[in-house]
Amino acid sequence: MTGDTMTPMERFLATVSHREPDRVPLFLFPTLHGARELNMPLTQYFTRAENIVEGQLRMRERFNHDCLTGFFYAAAEVEAWGGEVLRRDDGPFNSGRPVIRDPKQILDLVPPRALDCPCLEESIKATAALAERSAGDVPILGVAISPFSLPVMQMGFGPYLELMHHHPGLFEALMAVNEEFCVGWANAQIEAGATAVVYFDPVSSTTIIPRNLYLSTGLEVAKRTIPRIKGPTGTHFASGHCLSIIPDIIRTGTGVIGVSAEEDLTQIKKACAGKLTIVGNLNGIEMRRWTREDAENAVKTAIAKAGRGGGFILADNHGEIPWQVSEETLQAISHAVDQWGRYPLNWIDSNA
Amino acid sequence: MCTQKRTIRVKRVSHDYAMTVDSHKEQFRDALLNMNQDAARELLMQTAGALSPVQRLEHLIIPALLDIGDEWSCGSVALSQLYMSGRICETLLDELIPEHEIVRRDLPTTAMVVLSDYHVLGKRIVCSVLRSSGVDVLDYGTAEVDEVLARIAEDHVKILLVSTLMLHSALQVLELGTKRNEAGLDFKIVVGGAPFRMDEMLWHEIGADAMGYSASDALGIIEELAEGIE
Repeated sequence: MTGDTMTPMERFLATVSHREPDRVPLFLFPTLHGARELNMPLTQYFTRAENIVEGQLRMRERFNHDCLTGFFYAAAEVEAWGGEVLRRDDGPFNSGRPVIRDPKQILDLVPPRALDCPCLEESIKATAALAERSAGDVPILGVAISPFSLPVMQMGFGPYLELMHHHPGLFEALMAVNEEFCVGWANAQIEAGATAVVYFDPVSSTTIIPRNLYLSTGLEVAKRTIPRIKGPTGTHFASGHCLSIIPDIIRTGTGVIGVSAEEDLTQIKKACAGKLTIVGNLNGIEMRRWTREDAENAVKTAIAKAGRGGGFILADNHGEIPWQVSEETLQAISHAVDQWGRYPLNWIDSNA
Repeated sequence: MCTQKRTIRVKRVSHDYAMTVDSHKEQFRDALLNMNQDAARELLMQTAGALSPVQRLEHLIIPALLDIGDEWSCGSVALSQLYMSGRICETLLDELIPEHEIVRRDLPTTAMVVLSDYHVLGKRIVCSVLRSSGVDVLDYGTAEVDEVLARIAEDHVKILLVSTLMLHSALQVLELGTKRNEAGLDFKIVVGGAPFRMDEMLWHEIGADAMGYSASDALGIIEELAEGIE
């Protein structure tokens, strides 16, 4: 962008240290749009690391945002456990029929090694290539589904909630194998060159479970898992609510949180109080029909509420820009950050 | 604070009856929110002397489920509480209220589906609430658009509820509506789920006939649509 005086990595490090960089960092997460840029259907795009690398680099060049990722699709993790993936050309791949159909199967589960799974191996290759190509100038993000949230894909949402409530022993057994898998997968990405790992944990959000249940389940899992990941982590709730559990999240050792468009950034910023960096919270679903003015207003509002003092990265609230969002809208977001994201953010006072 | 509390219309009843309902309603709701099936069962059994099975359904179970659904849409209750409440009520209905005593509501044939997606929790919640409220729902599970249309024609469905979590699944409703019209089928489409809450214009855009914010909206929407269906 026109007035940038820092590399994306310098900007990222300053903001997670709760200092003001040259401008607000922008993490767009255009994990799907690279396929369109390469004129390739998604079903072809997500077959080789080389496609992801090229797509990611072109997206960054086009939108001047501040991160890269070797992430393919979330369902790749359940594919590693023998699960089915539903592939499509108009959106993210999804997990199919659950791989755990009877809770008793949990006792026989053995965590797969990430590097033994072709689907994850390609992602590792992409991470390594991106790290090499960006030469330390751009943060490379790895992604690992939390051990606590992975069972939604492994066994289905309803059966998992019932497992949690009715079979605590099997629940703990599942967490034990999932923790081993998660730590191995996250560390493989760190070793390949990821700067940090996004710990994707939507089930821990208060949208999904009440805080008292989180305290005895998702929080304990995160407290056991995150310290074993050999690099910085950020916890993402995939547009689920987290305001009321921020003090608990801080105790997990994570440094960043991805927050919902449905929660107020002013309150989130206050609750994070220099202890967590906020990522969010543009509404990716509404973004499909944004005009240029809508994009500018959304960017300005988010920056005005959470930008001051660093500790804020502008992004969508789900961790992935929907396929249906146009490149023009992404460009408009990027331009708005260039215009309104320059520190010091003095325009906020004059607009007040 | 949830401001969407609905008013439950209770028929004019005796003082003792009203006292029993009032004293147990909140406790029953709390037992559900705490996901405590034993406590919920005990409360229903305590009212057995004062309330008939159908009265327990009409004045304890249904209001509690609707309240919890409303609180979910306000963000003060979690999805797991909503889901487990529905499951507990289904179990207690089976245990405590004989099938023949549940008054089935006279409503158009209704079915529910998730399009091309295995995220079926929302569907299960809505089905639980409706069945606990005496509404029969055909559960089509996860299905593709063409398969849904074939089943609708076969079952003479008049209202289709579509539960969604993923955006692509929500957008398939557009195709569903177009093919419905091409096939000359006559049924209403009601949508609900995360994409529709995140973008309140989306259900208009994809041509749905109605949108529910929560499982607790489903019964009211079906009753409203039923008025316009011959």
